[in-house]
Amino acid sequence: MSEPKELVLGAVAYDAKVVPIWEGFRAYFRERGLPFDFVLYSSYERQVEAHLRGDIDVAWSSPLAWIETVRAARTRGRTAEAIAMRDTDRDLTSVVLVRADGPIREVADLRGRRIGVGAADSPQATLIPLEVLAEAGLAGASLGEVVRHDVLVGKHGDHIGGERLAVEALLAGRVDAACVIDGNHLAFTREGLITKGQVRVVLQTPPYDHCNITILDGGPPAITRFRELLLAMSYEDARVRPLLDMEGLKAWCPGRTTGYALLERAVDRFGAIDRWLDGWLGRLADEARLAP
Amino acid sequence: MTAILDLGDLGLDEGAHLLIKRALASAHEVEVRGTSATLAIDLPAWTRAQGHRLEPRAGGFLLARGPDRWRGAERAGTLATPEAHAPARWGLAARGALVEAGAPELDLPLADRATVWADEAARLYAQAAAAQWDPATAIPWDAPAHHPPEVEDAVVQVMTYLIENETAALLVPVRFLGKLHPHFREVMQLLAIQAADEARHIEVFTRRACLRRDALGLSTAGGQASLATLFDEPDFAIASFLLSVLGEGSFLSLLWFLSDHAPDACTREVALLAARDEARHVAFGLAHLQRHVDEDPSVRERLAGAIERRHAALAHTAGLNAEVFDALVLLAAGSWEPADLRRGHAAVTALTQQMLQGRIQRLRRLGFDAERAAELAALHTRNFM
Repeated sequence: MSEPKELVLGAVAYDAKVVPIWEGFRAYFRERGLPFDFVLYSSYERQVEAHLRGDIDVAWSSPLAWIETVRAARTRGRTAEAIAMRDTDRDLTSVVLVRADGPIREVADLRGRRIGVGAADSPQATLIPLEVLAEAGLAGASLGEVVRHDVLVGKHGDHIGGERLAVEALLAGRVDAACVIDGNHLAFTREGLITKGQVRVVLQTPPYDHCNITILDGGPPAITRFRELLLAMSYEDARVRPLLDMEGLKAWCPGRTTGYALLERAVDRFGAIDRWLDGWLGRLADEARLAP
Repeated sequence: MTAILDLGDLGLDEGAHLLIKRALASAHEVEVRGTSATLAIDLPAWTRAQGHRLEPRAGGFLLARGPDRWRGAERAGTLATPEAHAPARWGLAARGALVEAGAPELDLPLADRATVWADEAARLYAQAAAAQWDPATAIPWDAPAHHPPEVEDAVVQVMTYLIENETAALLVPVRFLGKLHPHFREVMQLLAIQAADEARHIEVFTRRACLRRDALGLSTAGGQASLATLFDEPDFAIASFLLSVLGEGSFLSLLWFLSDHAPDACTREVALLAARDEARHVAFGLAHLQRHVDEDPSVRERLAGAIERRHAALAHTAGLNAEVFDALVLLAAGSWEPADLRRGHAAVTALTQQMLQGRIQRLRRLGFDAERAAELAALHTRNFM
């Protein structure tokens, strides 16, 4: 009898710790009788394409990768589903920081200013804050200059580096405002990058959701067991806790897709995935032409 | 019941989380209020990272306690007394600490009280800590010396031998120290300070040897073979028996001999200070072995077997360290005069007798009867350690 087929998850290697995280999850699933393995990708775009191609069964998607998957799948008549997410992926906000001793007091004062953002493809430090500013009437020429801090493009802002550079630029006076996720406002203050009273928050975005675990067309049969095991992970179980700590959650929650509307609008406004989607469709067409 | 916590203007970026944690420790739900400008940004972010639940309320936020990482935590024994066995899951935690479940298990095989513990460890450690001396000031390095050059050569040979033996006395216990469960804190501290003692001895013996010479003496294959058997010994009880009770015990007699017969004040002080430290090492070795033997009398025959094996292993080597013996004779004689040599020779013969008697005495303290103790003491390697 042949070995049961492994369920393969794709994740993006935005940091070296991704390896021990998924090694740990692999052991967790295998110990519970679920044949499981993972593949790491250097960018979310490679991962999304691999998922659509069927190389992987399930993908650990950034919010932007989720939208890429949904929209690419739609062009082929396929459906994407978010089956789980971390408790820490729900109801995040981003903030726009300015220097407390500067002239900017409210959002309208950002007109014509230099806005420091994270990597071009960061939902939290670039796309979502710029969308909220645009909806407040600050877009294009009226916004002034958008200064990107492109750390690890393709990793969709998973790396904290771009946001740190944006804050450093703000403090050094190279930009007039910096966009960061709410948790990093606190983290940067605690690590001493920002001292108390040095910055002011001029904008907090509405809440949005972050990563999710994505399947296509319902996924393989083993996905039911995979999701059960994931949702059963308890932070109070000492064997599981180190994995949850590394991945930054206390509990897995069922997936929901109500928290991506803001990013959807940003993607539409800025055409954030158009180039990739056109490229992918073009490659599919080329392959179809070359097929015997 | 919901507790109410007013943070005033204290922000999460200024330590307000301490007040929240304190409140959540005694109430499942806490209503948090505050006037910090960034409370509405930082509190949700902090709460999310902690796994607590948060709902906005009029004038504040309602926090509900999330999962508890301390469920399943256990105390690593009690502060005062070590447990009979220290489990690997306690890891490096201080004895008596509350240990979170799930910490990595360290490979610390010396984890049984019967094997490693002695009630005297704490006292001996405190004594050792108080008795640390500074080689730079404790020894009269500039003291005058009037002995003949060949006696100086003899001193250098003896120092060379002492350095070699002290190197073994440093490295052998340290190998066990790395395997000792830190639950037995006092033993760990004592072994560490013993290693520091040996490091200092190696320093002063080297410095004394080089005082008037720019080369050291001889290192014999037999001497090294004898010390090498200590390295091969995987059993902590046997290794400390061979090293502390037999080796360092005899070494102690040698150091006293040196302080009695030293040709100069510097050599005398070096020997005397080292002897004081070594006496503590022997006391600990004896104390923990006595306890071990009391708890498990079969250990006694294992110790006896170790001496027999060691003797057999050395039977084929040139174990007799003639160089050191002769150097000691010349050192005690102080000159090449036949009468002096006769006196020196008699003193070294008396030293070997003293070492033998010391070994017998210590073996008797471990519960060997007189006959067995004498038999085993005589078998002990002819090298001093």
